[in-house]
Amino acid sequence: MSATATAEQIASAARADAPPAIELAGVNKWFGALHVLRDVNLAVAPGERVVVCGPSGSGKSTMIRCINRLEIHQEGRIAVEGIELTDDVRALDAIRREVGMVFQSFNLFPHLTVLENCTLAPIWVRRTPKKEAEELAMELLARVKIPEQALKYPGQLSGGQQQRVAIARALCMRPKIMLFDEPTSALDPEMIKEVLDVMVELAGTGMTMMVVTHEMGFARQVADRVVFMDQGEVVEVGTPDQVFNAPKTDRLKLFLSQILRGH
Amino acid sequence: MSDTAIPSGPRKPPITAVGPIAWAKTNLFSGWLSTAVTLAMGYLLIKLALSFIDWAFVNAIWSVPSNAQGPQTQACRDLRGAGACWAVIGEKHRFMLFGTYPYEQHWRPALACVLFVVLYIISAIRSFWRWELALVWIGMLTAIGILMWGGVFGLSYVPQERWGGLPITLILATFGLAFAFPLSILVALGRRSSLPAIKVLCVLYVELIRGVPLISLLFMASVMFPLFLPEGMNIDKLLRAQIAIILFAGAYLAEVVRGGLQALPKGQYEAADAMGLSYWQKTGLIILPQALRMVIPPLVNTFIGFFKDTSLVLIIGIFDLLTAGKTAIVEPAWQGFGVEVYVFVGAIYLVFCYAMSKYSRGLEADLNRHRRR
Repeated sequence: MSATATAEQIASAARADAPPAIELAGVNKWFGALHVLRDVNLAVAPGERVVVCGPSGSGKSTMIRCINRLEIHQEGRIAVEGIELTDDVRALDAIRREVGMVFQSFNLFPHLTVLENCTLAPIWVRRTPKKEAEELAMELLARVKIPEQALKYPGQLSGGQQQRVAIARALCMRPKIMLFDEPTSALDPEMIKEVLDVMVELAGTGMTMMVVTHEMGFARQVADRVVFMDQGEVVEVGTPDQVFNAPKTDRLKLFLSQILRGH
Repeated sequence: MSDTAIPSGPRKPPITAVGPIAWAKTNLFSGWLSTAVTLAMGYLLIKLALSFIDWAFVNAIWSVPSNAQGPQTQACRDLRGAGACWAVIGEKHRFMLFGTYPYEQHWRPALACVLFVVLYIISAIRSFWRWELALVWIGMLTAIGILMWGGVFGLSYVPQERWGGLPITLILATFGLAFAFPLSILVALGRRSSLPAIKVLCVLYVELIRGVPLISLLFMASVMFPLFLPEGMNIDKLLRAQIAIILFAGAYLAEVVRGGLQALPKGQYEAADAMGLSYWQKTGLIILPQALRMVIPPLVNTFIGFFKDTSLVLIIGIFDLLTAGKTAIVEPAWQGFGVEVYVFVGAIYLVFCYAMSKYSRGLEADLNRHRRR
């Protein structure tokens, strides 16, 4: 236990000097007239695990989707690994190669096998030789504990298995950052744990992670910081302990009481 | 529940629920009304089948004598429709299949048709779906062109005006769909493009072409188009009709393809984007393979429709299979035997269309096996 603590301390010391992995400064976004992100400021250090929570419609998914430009922000600055997100296609391609994303609805490619899902981007985007890409894919499928499903199609798998494939698929690009957009929200309760276990294990490898989730247990277990959003604003940021045990704002208190009642 | 549960393995369904007897009982004799309809329809069906067999086989005349004045069709006329006069097919099939192509050279269009069929069979085999297949197509189509035109390799030159019959139908349909299909994919993608100029262009193309009957396009191609060309320049009539068919089929197919693109969940686009795939990688590897699979039935429906629509070129004086058949019975000796000729021509169309339909069903099942659980 003490060994992990020292490792943690070393890691956090290193984080203080390095440039942020993700940086959002004064980010604003509108859907039509609807102001969905209001002056969002947030920096994620390399290796840091950030959990974003908040009521539905609070803009947390929109924020995370702005980071790899699935949504386009209208004001402010977003930089990933020091590269600013602009209309420049090359910068965007460079960022997308380094950022893996896991979606609520898995979004596996149904016409490709599990293995092909995993090797597609390494082969076409990273130009990895096929054999090498397949070896890496099998290694990562083993890490998410479904190597035996490699030749099946996604439609033949359970939801939990599909989401684990989606995680492996994103990891096959050897990303520096992983974004999770409500990865367990579409799953049956008995499958949530198998996905969270994989994510906890991934957190243990020092991956920079940004996770939008309602799983407070997961947040307590792995998050370095928890970000609470409401109505497009970042309302509170702190350690899991600060956010869950000593909420400062009424909005967070209300949110916590609501999700606690739900559990 | 647990205290009332009786331990039992899976049982076979009752004998009345499976097998042909059960099927007949549920589908044919489920009540007095359905039984009455079944019996009435069965009676009608058998009666029709018997009279067709009488006409087509029992009373049919298969050949007629011939003298210096030509074939003697009196025997056929004496039947007064009680039997088919298949002699007309025996006598006229060369003209129907190859039109006014020089008689002693008929082996050339015949070989061209065989090459077309070989090309279809090769293209239908999925393990041949590699880029080399494009070379096979180019090679085969060139060979067909050389066979039909001649003028090289000791083959005598045959001008396009003398071509006719089945090769014309196959040329129009094959070239038409081979060019219209890629065109339609580009147009469908263009209609969803984020670039306004491309989008407007594609919408205009589809709406303009689709809003006009094919016949008027063919007329335009044959009558109006030459007026716009500079003096002395003349594009082959068949080529002009071919272009009209390509443009027309392209517009229809584009809408079918667009349907497939729209049916694809947004998440597929997002996942491909998030992985850093380029537009063409995303389109070629993720979007089109899924979108086209979804629209195989309407695509083949359109293909079959256009295969038959090639017969409309008769209005600009091109001798396709149907027109050649019609012309064959203009000769006085054979006037009045239209039914036999149309049955023959119809059977040829049916063979090709049924092959397409049958193949597409197999392809659909095969390509969509990922949907099975």
